[in-house]
Amino acid sequence: MPELGRAALVVAFGLLLYAAVAGAVAAVRGRRRLLESARNALFAAFGAVVVAAIVLLAALADNDFSLTYVADHTSIELPLGYTLAAFWSGQEGSLLLWLLVLTGMGAAAVALNGRLTRDVLPWTVPILGAVASFFAFLLVVVASPFATAAAPADGAGLNPSLQNPYMMAHPPLLYLGFVGLTIPFAFAMAALASKRMDERWIIATRRWTLASWTFLGFAILLGAKWAYEEVGWGGWYAWDPVENAALMPWLVATAFLHSVMVQEKKNMLRVWNVVLVAGAFALSLFGTFLTRSGVINSIHSFTQSSIGAWFLAFIAVVVAVSVALILVRLPLLRSPTRLESLVSREAAFLYNNLFLVALALTILWGVVFPLVSEAVRGVALTVGAPYYNFFAIAFGLPLVLLMGIGPLVAWRRASLRALGRSLVWPAGVALVAGVVLALVGARSNPAALVGYTFAAFVLAAIVLEFVRGTRARRAIAGESWPAAFAGLVGRNRRRYGGYVVHAAIVVLLIGAAGIGGFGTTSEAKLAPGQTIRAGDYALTYLASGERRGANAVEARAQFSVERGDDDLGIVSAGRNRYLAEQQVSNEVAIRSDWLRAEDRFVIVNQFNADGSVSVKTLVNPLVNFIWLGGLLFVLGSIVTMWPDAREQRRLARQAAAFGYTPA
Amino acid sequence: VTLAAVILAVLLALACVAIVARPFLREPEPDNDRLAELPAAERERLLLLEERDRALAALKELEFDHRTGKVSDEDYRELVGPLRRQAAEALRALDPDPRREEPSARREDVHA
Repeated sequence: MPELGRAALVVAFGLLLYAAVAGAVAAVRGRRRLLESARNALFAAFGAVVVAAIVLLAALADNDFSLTYVADHTSIELPLGYTLAAFWSGQEGSLLLWLLVLTGMGAAAVALNGRLTRDVLPWTVPILGAVASFFAFLLVVVASPFATAAAPADGAGLNPSLQNPYMMAHPPLLYLGFVGLTIPFAFAMAALASKRMDERWIIATRRWTLASWTFLGFAILLGAKWAYEEVGWGGWYAWDPVENAALMPWLVATAFLHSVMVQEKKNMLRVWNVVLVAGAFALSLFGTFLTRSGVINSIHSFTQSSIGAWFLAFIAVVVAVSVALILVRLPLLRSPTRLESLVSREAAFLYNNLFLVALALTILWGVVFPLVSEAVRGVALTVGAPYYNFFAIAFGLPLVLLMGIGPLVAWRRASLRALGRSLVWPAGVALVAGVVLALVGARSNPAALVGYTFAAFVLAAIVLEFVRGTRARRAIAGESWPAAFAGLVGRNRRRYGGYVVHAAIVVLLIGAAGIGGFGTTSEAKLAPGQTIRAGDYALTYLASGERRGANAVEARAQFSVERGDDDLGIVSAGRNRYLAEQQVSNEVAIRSDWLRAEDRFVIVNQFNADGSVSVKTLVNPLVNFIWLGGLLFVLGSIVTMWPDAREQRRLARQAAAFGYTPA
Repeated sequence: VTLAAVILAVLLALACVAIVARPFLREPEPDNDRLAELPAAERERLLLLEERDRALAALKELEFDHRTGKVSDEDYRELVGPLRRQAAEALRALDPDPRREEPSARREDVHA
């Protein structure tokens, strides 16, 4: 029923345009019913987009190849899970997912914050409507998922790289992150437009920002896990432009989550915060542009298309409008408070912001440099991993250090003596850890050794914070240790959840430094019976064979694995030849040894005619710390987002004083 | 083009039009069609409330940092005076008549 899908998108486009225009008129002229009507249009648009999404999902499930999108991204033999996941595997479906999430989140944010921000809302509705109108326009005019043609007997199938369970979760989470950043952007710009620069827009968007940031961070890690297992080069992050596309807005949003606390506590950094919100949103659009335009070669970019120019124009409009609005409202944004000392919590947040934004801008330059060089010199020069690694270490290590120092510094100002006393234990632990690690061999990679020493410092500082906080609470309330600990975290969820997130980043850093600094690789052409060694392991090639899978011919080579006298069993690695897609993918073998905290990784690059195989094997130490860090990251984020009863009471009191009910 | 698709599309469009037109259908001739806005005095009061909450939270934070050893006794003595003055000023600006204050609410903020 593609006609229904097309009609639903046209209706959604009309509704969103109406929400943008009628909402703006209502805001300028102060018309109540017109604003309610515009808000209803936003809600109705979500309903219309849901109808379009259902039509596409039904067409995918039915293998309705009369839809070009279905024919181009699925085949009869493709398993149902991947057939449905093809919804976001192509450009048109991805745009529809963007619009679905955007209208859904926009409608929910407006409905939930309607009373709290009632005098900001008149501008929130048209801004959300305008952003969503752009995506609806693309879907209606430029890239319709409901285009039809004569149905082929079978579809072209799905890119083999996308036939991976992580790809079923990674794109939706990524889009929840990208799209979610629209909400703080819309509220911040609406606050500027309506000259309401109190903290309500921050309260209204706090959880939306945290949730979007969490989704984006988790999506980046799922993408890394996918790359680790599916792309088959043995690494987890390659500074690929599309990977960077998600990392840049995440870094800027991270900066915002820190600096907004300075605004809440000290009423400072007000200009900086709206700049960060606008920057994170613009970078999320830029990320979508990179992923979907096909302008940059990437292992993650599955499309070549003509929407790039539209995206660039829209990003230019967003940046121009944001800059103009910020400049016009600059007098209202100026903070009455000044930084009291360079040694204070707010100063630490400021330093952290500078490093985070510098890292994001450095990555941005690395991503756009090939485009700039091609435009100026006609040659697309690429920026390699050494460039990114240098800046990741140069800006990343001070950031890690700040994660340890920041929590130990008091707000307003701290004397160096008090700070020194706080630092004694973490610095001592770090020193001991550094010396021990150097003695056991970690000095072969100085950057990793420094990273581990800093990691020990941060973890010790976090433990110290929990211990001192619990002890202080115990002294105040006379509670038992467990009750004091629960009370401490329960009453300061953002702070202590944030420390868990810091610990997660450190755990991730331990894994990244392990695989990057101490991994071993061996490559060889092996005949049956021959052995290759990597680290402590011996890999003996036994035999190879083929079998027919659900939608591919699966060639596998078997290897026995030994460490010393221990027989560790058999592993299989090889390649899948996908029939409908006419493409080949590497299917690597990964064996995790949790006790030794390392992965054995086997890649078969080629099956040779003489019966030999070209094999590459790696030992990736500590790599699973990266995934463990991801889980810890989600746990910490949930703690920070958990509703705070005291904050709710404060808002209720404030709301009662002004005759409205908080969300 | 199937008939069912056309009918469903028309129904969808009609439902959306009805939702959008609802505020006008519900109140064809309202007494007041102006957007409710906070008067300037109320907006000012909102900012003062935020200032009060910030000042009280800063005092609370200082107490806690002092107890956990992040702030030395000397620093504490230097910082607590100005913060108390700031909090008192915020309270005075918010409500010059002390009899109309809400002490229970503020006590909770300080000692929670």
